[in-house]
Amino acid sequence: MIIPLAHVLVLAAAIFAMGLYCLVYWRTNLIMMLIGIEIMLNAAILAFVGGSAYWGAADGQVFALFIIAMTSAEVSLALALVVYLHRRKKTVDSNDFASLHE
Amino acid sequence: MLGDTVLFYVFGAIAVITSLLVVGQRSPIYSVLLLIGSFAALAGLYVLLDSPFAAVIQIIIYAGAIMVLFLFVIMMLDLGHPEKAIIPGSRDLATALFLGFVTLGAFLVLLVHQPPAAAPIPHLQIRNFAVVLFHRYGVAVEVVSMQLLFALVGALYLGRRK
Repeated sequence: MIIPLAHVLVLAAAIFAMGLYCLVYWRTNLIMMLIGIEIMLNAAILAFVGGSAYWGAADGQVFALFIIAMTSAEVSLALALVVYLHRRKKTVDSNDFASLHE
Repeated sequence: MLGDTVLFYVFGAIAVITSLLVVGQRSPIYSVLLLIGSFAALAGLYVLLDSPFAAVIQIIIYAGAIMVLFLFVIMMLDLGHPEKAIIPGSRDLATALFLGFVTLGAFLVLLVHQPPAAAPIPHLQIRNFAVVLFHRYGVAVEVVSMQLLFALVGALYLGRRK
C-alpha cells in the first residue's frame, strides 16, 4: 500500500463531517437527511477498505460488503416510510411529523 | 507508483468537492446526481486501496441500485416547488456546535496519533476475500440475507394501499 493510512482516515473523516453537516443542515427534509446518512456510511466504508489495505486482511472488505447490504435494506425501508408519510400529509418536512398523534 | 498517489488525491478531492456540493443544492435531484459522482470517485479510491471487489459493488449496488431508488422516489413524490424549500436557520445552534466540536476533536486525535507506515504487504486477492467471507463470516452472510428479506416484507407492508 503506497498511500499512508492517516491520509485515508483524514479523507474518510472529512467526508463523514460533510455527511453530518448535510444531515444537520437539511433536518427539515427527510430525503436530504437520508442522503446525508448515505454520505456518512460511505465514509465508514472508506475507512474499512483503507484498514483492509493497511493490515493486508480481507476482513475490512467483507465489512464493506456488509455495510452496503445493510444500507440497501435501510434505504428501501426508509424510502418506503417517506412514501407512506408523503401519502399521509403530502409533504416530506420532518417538522410536520413532530406530533405522535394526528 | 507515483501515478497511484496522484490519482488517490485527485479522486479524494473529487469525492470531497461533490459531497460538499450535495449540501448546497435546492433540489434533491441534483443532490442525488452529485452523490453518484461522489460514489464513483470513492470506487476509484477502493481500486487504489486493493479492493476491486468493493469498487465494483459500490458502482453496481450503490450508484446503480440505491441511488436509482432515491431518484425514483423523488420523481414519484410530488415535492412541489423545491426552490421554496425551507432552509432551517440557526435554531438548534447548540447541537450543531456540539457536533462540530466532536468532529473537530476526532480530526485532532487523528492528526496527533499518526499510525506507522505499513510494512510491504502482499496484495489481497479476490480469493482471500471469498475465503474470509464464506469461512469466517458465513453465518453473517445468512443473517444479511434474512435482513434483506425482512426489509422487503417491511417495504411491502409500508407501501400497501388500503
